[in-house]
Amino acid sequence: MSETNPPIKIELVSDPMYLCGARELVSCIAHRIGFDDMECSKIALAVDEAMCNVIRHGYERATDKPIWVTITPLSESDESFGGIEIVIEDEAKQIEPTAIKGRELEDIRPGGLGVHIIREVMDSVVFEKRETVGMRLTMQKRADRPEEAPRISSRSSCPIPAERRVS
Amino acid sequence: MRERPIAARAGGFPLSNDNFIDIEHPESGVCVVIPRHDVDMSRSPILRSAIKDEMGSGLSKMIVDLGDVQYMDSSGLATLVEAMRGAKNANVSLYLASMNAKVRAIFEIAKLDAFFSIVDSRDEALSA
Repeated sequence: MSETNPPIKIELVSDPMYLCGARELVSCIAHRIGFDDMECSKIALAVDEAMCNVIRHGYERATDKPIWVTITPLSESDESFGGIEIVIEDEAKQIEPTAIKGRELEDIRPGGLGVHIIREVMDSVVFEKRETVGMRLTMQKRADRPEEAPRISSRSSCPIPAERRVS
Repeated sequence: MRERPIAARAGGFPLSNDNFIDIEHPESGVCVVIPRHDVDMSRSPILRSAIKDEMGSGLSKMIVDLGDVQYMDSSGLATLVEAMRGAKNANVSLYLASMNAKVRAIFEIAKLDAFFSIVDSRDEALSA
């Protein structure tokens, strides 16, 4: 992995009320990198699902625990067209990464879809234990086509999705 | 037709979730549930409560109008799966109407788009 920009790192408390802030930030940066509206929405969904899992399973719905989200644009290279890396870390109880699995979709019932959605949306998904306490999830998404390669510009502003523009 | 906010009845939710859901009864036996904002982990319990409250006797059709929902996560999806099961048990026809492409994408990712009756508009659901 090569980095073109320094990563952005934010800390949130584990209150579901603030999921929207993380989603907006990730979506906005993904737009800036060059992903289209639909891909930005899906990347934000993956982040939302990951944070929900931390809150629900890791912290057992406690709303005052820390979650760190680190966002790094991935540069274009011979092997890829660039993309985004998102790392989500917590101080929740540690579990074996191999135990983190999505359920079978044939079993139609509420819940248990988060890991499946994350793996479906992102190109690379790695769960691991942090060195001392908590878990780390590293996710990468690459742009699909050459024309969707990152277009990072220090002058461009974050585009507002069409449905949220005010005329 | 009557409208009423749900958040106050759900209890314990922050002020920003007031008026999150509207309920309309355009005709006898028909209920339209209308979430007014994104449906995520913080708001799914309110939607679940609203649907459960309306899934009573005398209801033949429920429409969840998602036209104002720009974003939904798997907690919203789980709420609607639960609603569909409840509707089948109560012999109520449940329709999901007016969802945008981004919301529809999560149904497709979870391969649940075929599990629901998804229609383009509330009018289509009313006439179905």
